[in-house]
Amino acid sequence: MTRLLLEVQDLRTHFLTRAGVVKAVEGVSFALGRGEILGLVGESGSGKSVTGFSLIGLVDPPGKIVGGSIRFDGRELVGLAPAEMRRLRGKRIAMVFQDPAATLNPVLTIGTQMMLAVQAHGGGSERAGRDLAARTLTRVGIPDAAARLDAYPHEFSGGMRQRVAIAIALLHGPDLIIADEPTTALDVSIQAQILAEMKQLAKQSGTALIWISHDLATVSSLADRLLVMYAGRIVESGPVAAVLRAPLHPYTRGLLDSLPAMAKPGEKLNQIPGSTPSLLSLPPGCPFAPRCPRATEVCRTDPPVVTQPGRMALCHHALESTT
Amino acid sequence: MSAILSAEHVTRRFSPRITLGDRIAAALGAKVDRRPVQAVTDVSLEVRQGETLGLVGESGCGKSTLGRMLAGILAPSEGEVLLSGTAPMRGKHKTTTRIQTVFQDPFASLNPRMRIGETIAEGPITHGLVTRARAPEMVAEWLRRVGLDPAFATRFPHQFSGGQRQRVAIARALAMQPEVLVCDEPVASLDVSIQAQILNLFLELRQDLGLTCLFISHDLSVVRHVSDRVAVMYLGRIVEMGEAARVYAAPRHPYTQGLLHSVPKLVLDSNAALEFRPITGELPSPLSPPPGCAFHPRCPKATELCRGERPPLSPREDGTLVACHHA
Repeated sequence: MTRLLLEVQDLRTHFLTRAGVVKAVEGVSFALGRGEILGLVGESGSGKSVTGFSLIGLVDPPGKIVGGSIRFDGRELVGLAPAEMRRLRGKRIAMVFQDPAATLNPVLTIGTQMMLAVQAHGGGSERAGRDLAARTLTRVGIPDAAARLDAYPHEFSGGMRQRVAIAIALLHGPDLIIADEPTTALDVSIQAQILAEMKQLAKQSGTALIWISHDLATVSSLADRLLVMYAGRIVESGPVAAVLRAPLHPYTRGLLDSLPAMAKPGEKLNQIPGSTPSLLSLPPGCPFAPRCPRATEVCRTDPPVVTQPGRMALCHHALESTT
Repeated sequence: MSAILSAEHVTRRFSPRITLGDRIAAALGAKVDRRPVQAVTDVSLEVRQGETLGLVGESGCGKSTLGRMLAGILAPSEGEVLLSGTAPMRGKHKTTTRIQTVFQDPFASLNPRMRIGETIAEGPITHGLVTRARAPEMVAEWLRRVGLDPAFATRFPHQFSGGQRQRVAIARALAMQPEVLVCDEPVASLDVSIQAQILNLFLELRQDLGLTCLFISHDLSVVRHVSDRVAVMYLGRIVEMGEAARVYAAPRHPYTQGLLHSVPKLVLDSNAALEFRPITGELPSPLSPPPGCAFHPRCPKATELCRGERPPLSPREDGTLVACHHA
């Protein structure tokens, strides 16, 4: 791996609700090198978004990071004072959310919003700020950027709005961008444009990227490494192609088999039975066991971490046939 | 195979409703846009007995509007929809039970105040397909067939997950014993593993019941998986239509080609570079479609001809219909 940027150890983020403690993130560990693109994949409720929010210190009550460590460029982020966190957020760690219609302020021009982001971290003159904003918009593929600064978000299409959100994230040349389902709301032709641009931008600027998505195919075309989450845990990780070619964890296998693109047209898909368990009442041991074709008696106990060079899986039966 | 359902030169326009506020604004000199949106323009197609026709396109291309006209729940502005030779609608009202629809969002399409047993039984009782006394039995049977516990009949929609609700929506549609099922993005809001379950259920029921289907989706791989034939829409018109295997293996229209190239594929080889050839530009507004071929501003093959003259949807030697001057 290239020089280490982020090291997450045994991160636990819980939501203390009236119905009980929801362990949305339960013992997540991973490392990320500078300039590396990490794909974080899982279904709804797997904890992938909460992991992203935890990294950037945006977990709202009743959620709380209850344990573990997030070391960013040698600095511990868990327990960092809010003012310190604000200094990092937007400057060295930025985030892009799923729905740009909801994250951009509808009553401010794009230019004003970008200026606010510039000035939040020092900034300099207004003129320099506008220049920076226009240059960044050009980088993300918005034509005639200087003129578009005076436009309002509703004057942009969905794809263009997401480009604006990406431009805001890029403004300060952050070391890390966390992108939470940034292309899910977009059409496939626009998604392809943004994927191609993101990959290039990350490579050019040396920005590390955590790309959170439910879509294995999108992630596989973009990321260097893959993390698969289930019920708040990372159940498998490794280089993208290696994991997808021969997944160790039966859940990863099941996700792949669920894709119509992996089957012959009209053929029955090899589906995963059942549905994701409620985080309030997880089964003992491996949370995937009730849906798992490989499950045995031993799966009622906590699964071991099985490692291979560059790879890891959380499973009692990881090394069994993966076909 | 004969056509069971067809659209003949159907067009659908939506006019903006002029509100009192708009009138006042207009009186004060503000510009109020009253241009109608033409969602579907001059589309002809047929759905053949027993086949599944896939309808793909990006948001705003008119696929759902076309689907709703074919389902008999939206009247065309021009042209006609025929189900075995007769219109499925009179005025604004649907007059047949032979077509049923499964909608995208099972959170919005099920009445939250009705127990799902009542939801499934309501249509068949109203149309005399089952007596009130026999209805619970029928409901139990349908719940079983869609993979739910018959005891769930007394539950409300909020007690179910998204996947389970979509099973209920399928049961409700099929309990009407339709010949044609229109599915509008039935798996779009579901997680991958649940999507696979619903697709399997769809394939199984389609075969068991000999259903004819119109399957609308923005997801090209889902459409490929379930369809015999496929129609690709762009800005209200069909640009390519033919056997699914052929269209996917050798797309002819530059838009179909671009769309297929835009789909992220699973990269199983770490040396394979990201190979997108995305379509450039954005969808034009349906309020002011470009002249000539609507795709020409984004098309790599566009020439003067494309800017001036709209290419007709015409058959090629293998039977595929393509609307392009250069394909």
